[in-house]
Parts: sequence; C-alpha cells; structure tokens
Amino acid sequence: MAAQERKLPAPATSQETQAYWDAAAKGKLLVRKCTSCGQAHHYPRTICPFCFSDKTEWIEASGKGTLYSYSVMRRAPVPYAMAYVTLAEGPRMVTNIVDCDFDKLKCDQPVKLVFKPTDGGPPLPMFTPA
Amino acid sequence: MSIKGKAYIAGIYEHPTRLAKDISLAQIHAQCAKGALEDAGLTKDDVDGYFCAGDAPGLGPMSMVEYMGLKPRHVDSTDTGGSSYVLHVGHAAEAIAAGKCKVALITLAGRPRAEGMATGTVPRSRGGTPTPDEPFEFPYGPTVVNMYAMCAMRHMHEFGTTSEQLAWIKVAASHHAQHNPHALLRDVVTVEEVVNSPMISDPLHRLDCCVITDGGGAIVVVAPEIAAKLKRPKVKLIGAGEFVKTQMGGKVDLTYSGARFSGAAAFAEAGVRPADIKYASIYDSFTITVLMQLEDLGFCEKGKGGAFVADGNLIAGTGKLPFNTDGGGLCSNHPGNRGGLTKVLEAVRQLRGEAHPAVQVKNCNLAVAHGTGGSLGLRHGSATVILERE
Repeated sequence: MAAQERKLPAPATSQETQAYWDAAAKGKLLVRKCTSCGQAHHYPRTICPFCFSDKTEWIEASGKGTLYSYSVMRRAPVPYAMAYVTLAEGPRMVTNIVDCDFDKLKCDQPVKLVFKPTDGGPPLPMFTPA
Repeated sequence: MSIKGKAYIAGIYEHPTRLAKDISLAQIHAQCAKGALEDAGLTKDDVDGYFCAGDAPGLGPMSMVEYMGLKPRHVDSTDTGGSSYVLHVGHAAEAIAAGKCKVALITLAGRPRAEGMATGTVPRSRGGTPTPDEPFEFPYGPTVVNMYAMCAMRHMHEFGTTSEQLAWIKVAASHHAQHNPHALLRDVVTVEEVVNSPMISDPLHRLDCCVITDGGGAIVVVAPEIAAKLKRPKVKLIGAGEFVKTQMGGKVDLTYSGARFSGAAAFAEAGVRPADIKYASIYDSFTITVLMQLEDLGFCEKGKGGAFVADGNLIAGTGKLPFNTDGGGLCSNHPGNRGGLTKVLEAVRQLRGEAHPAVQVKNCNLAVAHGTGGSLGLRHGSATVILERE
C-alpha cells in the first residue's frame, strides 16, 4: 500500500509526552485524562486544558474511533490521507488513514488503530477503516 | 474603553510586484512604508508607532525600526499569521486611544516566489524548539492546503456544500481581477474551469487555492487630530475584534472559524449589523476560507454559505455582497503568504471611492475587512475591523 512507501519523519518527543511515545513503541495509544473534571484531551498535557487541574493521568485508548474529516493529499510524491479521528474516549486527533482505498473514505465511518514506523523514532498511531 | 472613532486609516500602499527577485525583504517593507506615508501626506519622522509581524526580518520590530530609521515610542509585533495586519489596525487604534502613539505604521513583505518556497503542499516544521503540538501533527504531513481541505470536506458532509458552490467564490474574484493590472491571474474563469482544475487535496482543486506571490503593503493609522489635517478621504475605524481558534484540547469543530467571535466583537463595537455592510474584504487563502468566514461573520446562516456565494452573489455590480474587488488572494496578491493587509487596503480604496471604476461599490460608506491567519484546520488567528467613510 502507498502509505508503506511513504517515509514518515520521527516525532520530536519531549519529556512531557515521553510515556506516550514509549507506549506507541509497544503498540498502545495513550490518552491523557483529567481526574478532576473527568475529561480526556489530546494532544496530551500534564495540566488539563479544560479545568487547568494538574491531576491528569494516562489511560489506554480502545483504538476505536470514527473519521471526523479527511483530505487526500494528491500532490504529494506518495498521496496520503490526512485526517481527524474522533476517539471512542472523546478527543479528536490529527492522524492519517492508511491501508485502504482512499476514494471510498467517508466522514463518520468507523476506523481502528494501527501503528506505522517512522524514520528513526517511535511509530505513529494511525487508523484504517474498521 | 472602545476604539470606535479613535483612529483613522490615513495612508495605504500595495507593492505592485508579484515576483521580487531583485528586491530584498527589508527593501519591500521600506518601499511600502514610504508609499503609504506619501499616500497619507505624512513623513517618516511623523511615525511614532510601528507594527510588524513574523514576515519582518530579525527579532520583532527591531531590525526594521533600524533599517527605516524610525523612532517609535510604541511597537507591536503580534503575529497571528496572515491575519496579523488586520489585528494590528485594531491594536494601533488601542495604542492611539491610550495616547501611546499618534501615527502608527504597519508593514508587510514577503518573497515566497523568489525564494522558491513550497508554500501549500509540503509540511513545514518551524525548527528550533518544537511547539507542543508539533510531534502530534507534523509527522502526519499537515500542509496548508490539506488542513483547509479537511474543513471543506466536513462542511460538505454536514451541510451539503458543493464544489460548484465553492467555485463561485473563485469566479467572483476572477471577475474583479480582470480590472486589476497588477493581479497575477487576470483571466475570468468559470465554475467548470474551477472544478475541472487538478485536484490538489480533496475537495480543493488548484483554482480553489490562492496565488503565491511576492510583494507587500503598508497601512498608516492615525489619531483623529492628525486625520483632520490631512487631505485624503477620511476612513474611520469603528470596530475591531480578534480571536484565536484552536483544536480546543481535542474538541475541534472544523465547521466554523474564529470569525464567529472576532466578527461579533467588531460588529458589537461598531454598532452595525452585517446587513449594513456595503463591501466586504474576506480572507481568501482558499475558497472554503471565504465561505466559512461569511457564515461566521453573520452574512448568512451557518451551513448556508454555499447558496449565499453561488450565482455571482459576490460579484461587484451584480451580487448583493461585493467582495475582494481587487481580485483578492485568489487572483491578485497574497504577499508573503499573508493576505490580511491587502484585505484592509481594498476596503479603504472602496470607502475612498478609489477602487477600479468597474468594481467600485456605489455609496460605499461601510466596509468590513477580515483575516484568518495560520491554519483553518489546526489553529488560527482571526481579526475583523469595521471601517466607515466619514
């Protein structure tokens, strides 16, 4: 598939989100959740962007979600599908849709988690039609 | 404190170039500054406030203050991407109202064509210390065009907006650009030509995108007592609003822009309604940008933008809301990939009665200029100003 020929740059990890990338290396998607207001957010932060509590923790995402929106970048050397996926846990995340016929994608369709390797860094959580 | 009536736009200048191979970035800034000051009937030594954004070379305003020999007692280099200069007009009025300056100069310049920059289709890292969002976005390949395209895709999904409706926005801009001798694209295009142009990132075609140009511009904002002594038609700032719209911690909604908030603030301060507006300068990085901002500024209901822009409704002389009568970013100029400043310029031309006669709006006494900077689909700065002919 096209996405496998595409070279993905390594994410610039930081101390704050190292656990997220360590989990990704083990095939797990973590989401940061606030124990004060009960809401999960993305990208992960130690201080909740909703209630500003510092009582946040990692939870493991189910890997289930729906395709909020997407766009197939036709002008790239290897076309790819940019996307926002709404996780079952609540937050919407920037991602790619991979391993599928891009012409059949539709907003709100169910998707599931996969990981794709990067160039010298941890793998990236991506999604494919469920 | 309100800025209503506290400041006037006294001078404007748009650099005629669209390809600046033999002119430096600082030179374009200075040429624009000179042009706008001469337009106002002021001199460099009258300038006591200077405003620039991230396109200016060096750290904040310092290099350009030195290069141009300015002596400002007030500076502001707030950067909200292409909307910065619309925001600067509001900030200049605030500074003038607070007595911090009386003649504020705003400049913009850029050379993306001369530098061969891949503006819209290649993901860009800003370098240096990564922004907190970067590791969660950049590796996936966000580009300017695909992040705007995702807004269009969701808008189509929720509201049934069509590519043909979006195309009407480019068609209207092209009708205006044919009269602008400096416009990069001067050929009138049809809906069919837009939707049949190559797909760049679904659902946006090549002709849904703005031009990539070098160039720049400048604006001089002055205190009422300065404006009273000048000979140019008086254009008064009566409302300003700004907003930063983000992904909201994962609650992103791609169907609206920050114009919903910056526009509401500006209209409230001005005490006017969208229906009162005779001419609208609307940021046009892409056709979808225009459609969403028109909805969010209140020119039509959310989701009805497609019907609103169709059938030439934005074309001067025939439509109900003439927009971007210079051809806008879609056809004329998007200097340095930052189109907010030129939005203010055409609004001022319209209010002065100095737009091209073929596109001049009759009795144009009230105009809006709105900018969206950054990425509509990731995070963007919105700025709105309402201007009145006095």
